[in-house]
Amino acid sequence: MTTSALSQRKLAPWLFLAPGILFFLFYVIFPIFESMQISLYAWDGLGDKTYVGFDNYVELVDDEAFYTSLKNNVIWLVLYMLAIPAGLFIALFLNQTVTGIRLYKSLFFFPFVISQVVVGLVFSWFYDPSFGLLNVGLKSLGLDPIAVLADERFVTYGIIAAGLWPQTAYCMILYLTGLNAVDPEQIEAGRLDNARGWKMLWYVVLPQLKPATFIAIVVTVIGALRSFDLVSIMTDGGPWGSSRVLAFYMYEQAFSEYGFRMGYGAAIAVVLFLIMLVYISGFLFKMYKDEQER
Amino acid sequence: MFPAPIERQNTAIQTLYKTALPIALLLWLLPLIAVALTSVRSAGDITAGNYWGWPTTFNLIENYTAIFENTPIGKYILNSFKVTIPTVAGAVALSCMTGFALAVYGFRGNILVFFMFVAGNFVPFQILMVPVRDLTLQLGLYNTVTGLALFHIAFQTGFCTLFMRNFIRALPRELIEAARVEGVSEIRIFWYVVLPLMKPAIAALSVLIFTFIWNDYFWATVLTQGADTQPITAGLYSLNGQWVAAWHLVSAGSIVAALPPVAMFFLMQRHFIAGLTLGAVK
Repeated sequence: MTTSALSQRKLAPWLFLAPGILFFLFYVIFPIFESMQISLYAWDGLGDKTYVGFDNYVELVDDEAFYTSLKNNVIWLVLYMLAIPAGLFIALFLNQTVTGIRLYKSLFFFPFVISQVVVGLVFSWFYDPSFGLLNVGLKSLGLDPIAVLADERFVTYGIIAAGLWPQTAYCMILYLTGLNAVDPEQIEAGRLDNARGWKMLWYVVLPQLKPATFIAIVVTVIGALRSFDLVSIMTDGGPWGSSRVLAFYMYEQAFSEYGFRMGYGAAIAVVLFLIMLVYISGFLFKMYKDEQER
Repeated sequence: MFPAPIERQNTAIQTLYKTALPIALLLWLLPLIAVALTSVRSAGDITAGNYWGWPTTFNLIENYTAIFENTPIGKYILNSFKVTIPTVAGAVALSCMTGFALAVYGFRGNILVFFMFVAGNFVPFQILMVPVRDLTLQLGLYNTVTGLALFHIAFQTGFCTLFMRNFIRALPRELIEAARVEGVSEIRIFWYVVLPLMKPAIAALSVLIFTFIWNDYFWATVLTQGADTQPITAGLYSLNGQWVAAWHLVSAGSIVAALPPVAMFFLMQRHFIAGLTLGAVK
């Protein structure tokens, strides 16, 4: 091999990487650190920044609204996980070969393709206290209507239910693909050993669906922590801020109608980032292990 | 196959399954069906509270013309295309190159660069919000379609790189080795050997990114304002504020907003699912 070919091969990857890396650094990586820095300042986004040390974080500790958001984030994280068994259930239901099943699968996947803005509007309407389908149903059962989105007790659960609709569709498609790749010989062997139903699912099928489950967990956690759209559209954080999540509260503070508080918003974002970092590290660690095995 | 194929069961169970399918689908899509029906209702139906019954008249043309004539929804849709198409092209182009570099060359720092893209792809948007808005302001691109598209290109490059790199890694290495032995330059290997093989990956990523960007709401509200630049997601939100209780119009607007990604999904279904389920199978 000539030396020019060798040096070309040393240089080539960096030339291919340069545009992508530059874009990514300026718009994604640097801003993470900038936000951390901004969180140490009081800043209205226009004038001068004033260094305040950890004051923003100290304020957070006493901020009732911060705890409400944090608590709601935890509820989101826990309940969003229901999308995984629900998605698996639908995938098992649809994993047949009757005529037209392909169309059924695509139509079941529908909610994931449409925007969360549309999902939010659809569900606000579903919950409407005077004519929403939920209350039409409750009335026909002789129950009093519930104003889900105006009631502090129910509002977060109502929004999560809306979010679970597309998320379940997403998990379903992951499992459908996974089920396609399940080794039929192992299933047959299981049948010969008299494994059926739950036993088969638990001991033979689920272990083979591990990669699908892993991806489903990853996307569901991210989806739960990114829950901004639905909150913004369905309730705008209300009533009285009871449906806020960190992602929404951060936006609200940074662009508050009482003056932009970029520093305080950034501090909230840093907390959210640290929560996410736990998952990111876990994901990278698993990827690293997989890479080593190859 | 699991569960056991329904054909092996007796006819009663088969019939049960075949009736359960459409009922389940109907329940699953009930909210959407209601929206579609409402989008053709008359204002009279809405005031009379006929939301869930059969529409008394079908005002398909009236309602849909009304939203296009009386609101800037056409503009919003156009803006969405103006943001989405360049983003798809840009992110796919950048990630073809980054994916190629990371999959083919075993240079030092490879895994670090790769992990940077993967990790960045998962960060919550809020930690980027203030600096990205500031950067866009400084570039003079605040409230422009370009400013929004540039950010989307950068951010989506993370996910696209992960996708492309794994795809190229699964290609037979011998092809590249053989070309090298022939003395083909690296750029020509990329262009003539690898790129033609990446067509399915490019198709899959394109539909996926199209849907993601079309449906983006957060960045649209952070980086743009007003009907001249806002995409349909943000537009729908502000229209919803104007159309208080005009649910037939809200529904028609929602259907219009949902149509392009839905059409994309049905046209390119195979690619879409291939893209989405990357990694779900070993």
